[in-house]
Amino acid sequence: MTKDKKNPNELLYITSGEMYQPYRYTLSSLSGRFLTEIKEKKKFLGVKCPECGRVYVPPRAVCGRCYARMNEMVQVSDEGEVVACAIVEFGFVDPSTGIERPVPYGTAFIRLDGADTALSHFLDCVDREKLKVGARVRAVFEEERTGSIMDIKHFEVID
Amino acid sequence: MGRRAAIVGFGQTKGSSSRRDVTGVELINEAVRAALADAGLGIGDIDAVVIGNMDHFEGVNYVDMWSVEGSGGVMKPVFKVTTGGTTGTSVAISAYYHVASGMFDRVLAIGWEKNSESDTTGAIITAYDPFWERPNMAGAIGGLAVDASRYMHDYGATERDGARVTVRERLHALNNPFAHLQQEWMRGKDAVFLVDALVASKENKVLAYPLRMSDMCPRTDAAAALIFAAEGTAEKIAPIPAWVLAVANRHNFVYYGDLDWSRNETLEAAAKKVFATAGIREPLKEVDVCELYLPYSYAGLAWMESIGFCGPGQGPQLLWDGVTDMDGELPVNPSGGVMSSNPIGATGIIRVGEAAIQIMRKAGTRQVGKDVNVAMATGFGGCYWADVMLLGRKKPV
Ligand SMILES: [Zn+2]
Repeated sequence: MTKDKKNPNELLYITSGEMYQPYRYTLSSLSGRFLTEIKEKKKFLGVKCPECGRVYVPPRAVCGRCYARMNEMVQVSDEGEVVACAIVEFGFVDPSTGIERPVPYGTAFIRLDGADTALSHFLDCVDREKLKVGARVRAVFEEERTGSIMDIKHFEVID
Repeated sequence: MGRRAAIVGFGQTKGSSSRRDVTGVELINEAVRAALADAGLGIGDIDAVVIGNMDHFEGVNYVDMWSVEGSGGVMKPVFKVTTGGTTGTSVAISAYYHVASGMFDRVLAIGWEKNSESDTTGAIITAYDPFWERPNMAGAIGGLAVDASRYMHDYGATERDGARVTVRERLHALNNPFAHLQQEWMRGKDAVFLVDALVASKENKVLAYPLRMSDMCPRTDAAAALIFAAEGTAEKIAPIPAWVLAVANRHNFVYYGDLDWSRNETLEAAAKKVFATAGIREPLKEVDVCELYLPYSYAGLAWMESIGFCGPGQGPQLLWDGVTDMDGELPVNPSGGVMSSNPIGATGIIRVGEAAIQIMRKAGTRQVGKDVNVAMATGFGGCYWADVMLLGRKKPV
């Protein structure tokens, strides 16, 4: 509890303390296959809508547009295009580690060849001339992979 | 479309970075008392309460119950609505639905936030998907920077265009005693001079290229409340009620990566819907004033196009021509907008309230010079969904 210096009898606020509240989220079976494919083969799978033909990466069970159930997994490329991007220069605490990410770093939405939606991820590039909309990029994988989206270390600009 | 309904009262607290002198409940109470006083009503006149905020910002999960003494909801129907950035506009739309349904005659709509009580950026990231987005996205600022990159790429917009939006919002905020950011040094200065000053300033740090500090909204503590009343009651309460002409809300995708970053699809669709309902064919000519939820500068370019005030890529021209300034054809954000105050859960209520007082001619020093027959308010929530409310001086047919 903190007291006002001017008025020592008045309580101003309390803090929650260092709350630690871990959750355990369920991964869909399609998403599980997507992550397993990255982990074991360094390859990307999307899911294709039987009605509109859209290929979703990451995969999910329902195409919201058609309200159709999806289960046809299709392979997409590990290369793609930057749809939108930013070079982050402010310190930001990584919610999964509690540690501030070193700046600057590139962040982008990447549409892999063969997919209709984009993945968000880091870029190895912070050059404003190179990291821009339309840039061609390729996935770089971690040596030790655990079954998370961070098995992709980052994307590298290839042109 | 249900029973006709109007806004008959509005109250808000002055935005500030920290209201340590009050609790959230007391803050809510200030806004509710101001709204009741504005309408000349007592709490006994209120039939139901709709309240909203972003619960994870304060870590209080049962706000409907927790706030009941401040909101005035004791032994009344109380609903909590939380929809992200759109919370305030969704609360307003929900209160309107309560009245339009015929079930309630006078409904109180409350939005509030005490952003000073938590780490806003850390809280926002919990709204992102835990598998695909939290590990690698940079909170609200990173997401908006990405949005700006796309607009700049598509239409060749520049940092100066973004800064010109900021300058408009900052200059307008100087007319609004409730606005959080009051940049006195800007008062009376020429817009071009101010744009140059922002772009050249070394202190105006880049947060996430292309966005600088001046492109962003602040974190604000504030509460705001509206009172909606049914036809037959509204005219007795307010000399000029602000009639609800149309409302719309649209959601599209789950993940940010699903979005088509070249357009704001939900705002486009919601705007199209309200204009169709209200019979508006030429929005730029027929809408008299706007209070748009523009959380950062470049939205003031791209989203004008999404609403249909101009064609694709024409946002900068509209802006530099002064069309959206206080004395322009379509004044946008006479209040100073979200870039001048962003108490998240209250922000949408403030948009609707500020639009309403332009119609009611109660906007004081920020009242636009022209007649206001149609006013538009919007809400924005990530992952890019949209609320739109159209208000009118004339009762809808
Ligand atoms: Zn489909």
